[in-house]
Amino acid sequence: MDYFAQQLINGIVLGSIYGLIAIGYTMVYGIVGMINFAHGDIFMIGGFIALISFLILVSIGLTVVPVILLIVLLVSMAITALYGWTVERIAYRPLRHSFRLAPMLSAIGMSFVLSNYSQVAQGARVKPVPPIITGGYTLFERNGFVVRLSNVQILVVVATIVLLAIFTWLVARTRLGRDMRACEQDQTMAALLGVDVDRTISMTFVIGAALAAVAGMMYLLYYGLVDFFMGFVAGIKAFTAAVLGGIGSLPGAMLGGLAIGLIETLWSAYFSVEYKDVAAFSILIVVLIFLPTGLLGRPEVEKV
Amino acid sequence: MSGDSILAVDHLSMRFGGIVAVNDLSFGAGRRKITALIGPNGAGKTTVFNCVTGFYKPTAGTMRLVHDDAAIRLERLKDFRISKQARIARTFQNIRLFPGMTALENLMVAQHNVLMRASGLTFLGLIGAPSWRAAEKRAIDLARRWLDRVGLLERADDAAGNLPYGDQRRLEIARAMCTEPALLCLDEPAAGLNARESAALSELLFSIRADHGTSILLIEHDMSVVMEVSDHIVVMDYGVKIAEGSPRDIRDDPKVIAAYLGADEEEAIAVMGSAT
Amino acid sequence: MTALAPEPTPASRLPGAAFIFKKALISALVALVLFSLMIGIRTEAGPTGQLIYWTRFGDLAAMVAIVFGGSIVVELLRQWWGPVGTTRLIPPSVKSTLAVSRRGVAPVLLVFTFLVPVIFYDQRYILDLGILVLTYVMLGWGLNVVVGLAGLLDLGYVAFYAVGAYSYALLATNFGWSFWVCLPLAGILAAFWGVLLGFPVLRLRGDYLAIVTLAFGEIIRLVIINWQSLTGGPNGVSGIPRPTLFGIPLTAGENGLAARLGIEFSPTQRIVFLFYLILALALLTNWVTIRLRRLPIGRAWEALREDEVACRALGINTTTTKLTAFATGAMFGGLAGAFFATRQGFISPESFTFQESALVLAIVVLGGMGSQLGVALAALTMIGGFELFRGLDQYRMLVFGVAMVLLMIWRPRGLIGHRAPTVFLRHSHAISSDLVKEGHG
Repeated sequence: MDYFAQQLINGIVLGSIYGLIAIGYTMVYGIVGMINFAHGDIFMIGGFIALISFLILVSIGLTVVPVILLIVLLVSMAITALYGWTVERIAYRPLRHSFRLAPMLSAIGMSFVLSNYSQVAQGARVKPVPPIITGGYTLFERNGFVVRLSNVQILVVVATIVLLAIFTWLVARTRLGRDMRACEQDQTMAALLGVDVDRTISMTFVIGAALAAVAGMMYLLYYGLVDFFMGFVAGIKAFTAAVLGGIGSLPGAMLGGLAIGLIETLWSAYFSVEYKDVAAFSILIVVLIFLPTGLLGRPEVEKV
Repeated sequence: MSGDSILAVDHLSMRFGGIVAVNDLSFGAGRRKITALIGPNGAGKTTVFNCVTGFYKPTAGTMRLVHDDAAIRLERLKDFRISKQARIARTFQNIRLFPGMTALENLMVAQHNVLMRASGLTFLGLIGAPSWRAAEKRAIDLARRWLDRVGLLERADDAAGNLPYGDQRRLEIARAMCTEPALLCLDEPAAGLNARESAALSELLFSIRADHGTSILLIEHDMSVVMEVSDHIVVMDYGVKIAEGSPRDIRDDPKVIAAYLGADEEEAIAVMGSAT
Repeated sequence: MTALAPEPTPASRLPGAAFIFKKALISALVALVLFSLMIGIRTEAGPTGQLIYWTRFGDLAAMVAIVFGGSIVVELLRQWWGPVGTTRLIPPSVKSTLAVSRRGVAPVLLVFTFLVPVIFYDQRYILDLGILVLTYVMLGWGLNVVVGLAGLLDLGYVAFYAVGAYSYALLATNFGWSFWVCLPLAGILAAFWGVLLGFPVLRLRGDYLAIVTLAFGEIIRLVIINWQSLTGGPNGVSGIPRPTLFGIPLTAGENGLAARLGIEFSPTQRIVFLFYLILALALLTNWVTIRLRRLPIGRAWEALREDEVACRALGINTTTTKLTAFATGAMFGGLAGAFFATRQGFISPESFTFQESALVLAIVVLGGMGSQLGVALAALTMIGGFELFRGLDQYRMLVFGVAMVLLMIWRPRGLIGHRAPTVFLRHSHAISSDLVKEGHG
């Protein structure tokens, strides 16, 4: 029971990270109808930027942890958002009216560019960091098994909740959010009504990238390492989460993320660690076959 | 439903979530007759078509295709089987040709099932067996005849996507006829055609009925075409049938006029009264 | 849109210059921010395990300068050539010459390919490269059936390649069956997997179909890595026997082919044999595909790509049509995989990554989906290009990624811009690829 409780906590934390990445996928698919294959690698870039920022701040003598965290958060969000913006401008916007295959292949190409760019720029080896946030709370102890809730875990979940609240408010209440929803429904009409479609789409990518950056930073804090290939697998899992929750739904993406995180953690704990990725990919396949619109999505009727 | 109906639709209903697109519709399409399904936009006509041709599964009701003394229950068949077994062919409101293939190729695709059998599930075709070659030649001949029939023989080798609009409409009909159907369903075949082309279309429909004994069910907004070709008309509005009868009956029916004008029946009668 | 953009006169170039400069400056600033941490700082795990870093401001400045300069060049090109996609005026005489020569390309290329081992007999490197190119040509032709003809977006093609390779490897090393027996078996097994993969994805469209096939490919790779007892896991399978010429091995021994023919043995002979073997397999793929295109099944594939709804309305069973496309493409992939296993003598899961699927897909798209010649030329270009980057693996994939993006922006329909009809009454008019749909799955 205690083992299960620990796995539950771990799963929720991992799920929060996946959820943050999944939001980017679902928002982009909702507005331009494409799977941003490069989004997972944006997450990886976010992790790298966080890593390097940490290194610099620590080496110039900064020791106050909350200040470091805040600065790293802002810096990695800003720079990664710029990466997201650049990728959209270069690889997707020129293809917006091209045929359907083009943006996807371009995205795959961009994914290769980002992951290999990181590899070339920073070297292929995994980068470890010492734990920056330590300590935690012992929840309870039974039969010698300790259930711990570490400070990092609390941070991840709190950050996720805060960000989710901010962006839900953004989509529901602000002008930008309204423009996004309009573009999701009918781009041409939105443009005719004065919505700057280009800018709205760019902002969608930017926001998605910023959230992915937070996920990257959380991943770094939680696991203590980044490597250039982590974007690929995390990306597919996060996309699975987005589909599971219903593409186009923000709360759905987070829900899906939690679900995937829990499933992956519990599977590793109780069945086998080696096949945990297979489990996640299989879920994607099962969901798309039987629940193509996800848990919270709307069913589509084919127009003939 | 008097007479010999090839298609008998009974209490057909179609629901999409909360919207009732078709509500308890019953009508019959006469054998070797041309039946028109008309009504204002949004009346549910294309929905009926999609039910009959297997693209939607109806919420309730039955559709029977009566053929050679056997009745096929259409609501039980999957889409491609309706074409294959029930021998119903259709065209689409927005023209669904194969644009990257030539006109001839389009008509060859229509004969897919026949040719698949003749090619021995491809294997006879791979080795170039004479029986396959003969079947292919027959298929090309049939395609050629239909291309000639619709006046597209000269453009047989042109890409379908390159053809002018009127030619595309006729090609789609030719393609449907290459499946040798018992019932031909046409969704707004005269849309976008000028007067001359509409007249040619009417001629084509008459000749199809006469030469092949094919029954025709069509949706149409062009009243001149409808009045000219139809043997029987069914009028829908808001998903229900509001009138049924011969062209003359329908032309003078105040309910029909009201529906099209968006007015009350009484207003329509008043307008008609003042006009005559 | 047929005219060239008017050549900028000195007077009109002046406001253009300020505009270009501003754009380049913005690009450089963006590049500065993007590269500041990733290129400007280099991290590495230090000697005591902790992370150390050093600065590379020189590299950073160089990259920003390159972006600045490149931005100017791109803007100038854009002004000279007009926006992407405008057709340029080619004189009709040049066009017809091109058309005629285009018809001659395929036979010339074929003859040249046959003669490669003769011309380059002692250049082992060229022969190996040729074998590699032909392998990818075959893979490209195989995937072309699924993506190019049927319009089904398959991002997991490498799975069938792996099935074929591992089938032969395991059958040969465990049961000692000969290559010629295992080859058709590998094809059949791969085709079976193709059907298995096809069933669940029948109703999926476009992007969803793509990502599910990607997931399948990854699952197969992960299963291969982890099922150590069956596949040897990350260590792979080694000691895979080489093919024989109807039982006669190509070795130096007494019963070898060289001895039988009375000529001196040389290891190049086996390479030449492998070259002709893959050439034969590739030509088989090509011949079958061309014939199938003219048969109802092939036409149904293309019709499926053009408009699936219309296919259903014509009585075509789209389910079996899709499954046969998957199965056929998979079969060719499996045959290529078996060849790959026998050529290398050793296989491991590392050869069957998503990058391989992406590479083959890029070849198909670059070739102009559906065109046999296009795919062959694209394979030659891509693999040849890859070879130029031998030894610089990371740069290789980086350039590949950039090339994919550029290809999609510049020529998304590929090298060969048209489709040849499979049946005609009088003339075979090539259909421009603008009209040909790319399919949604």
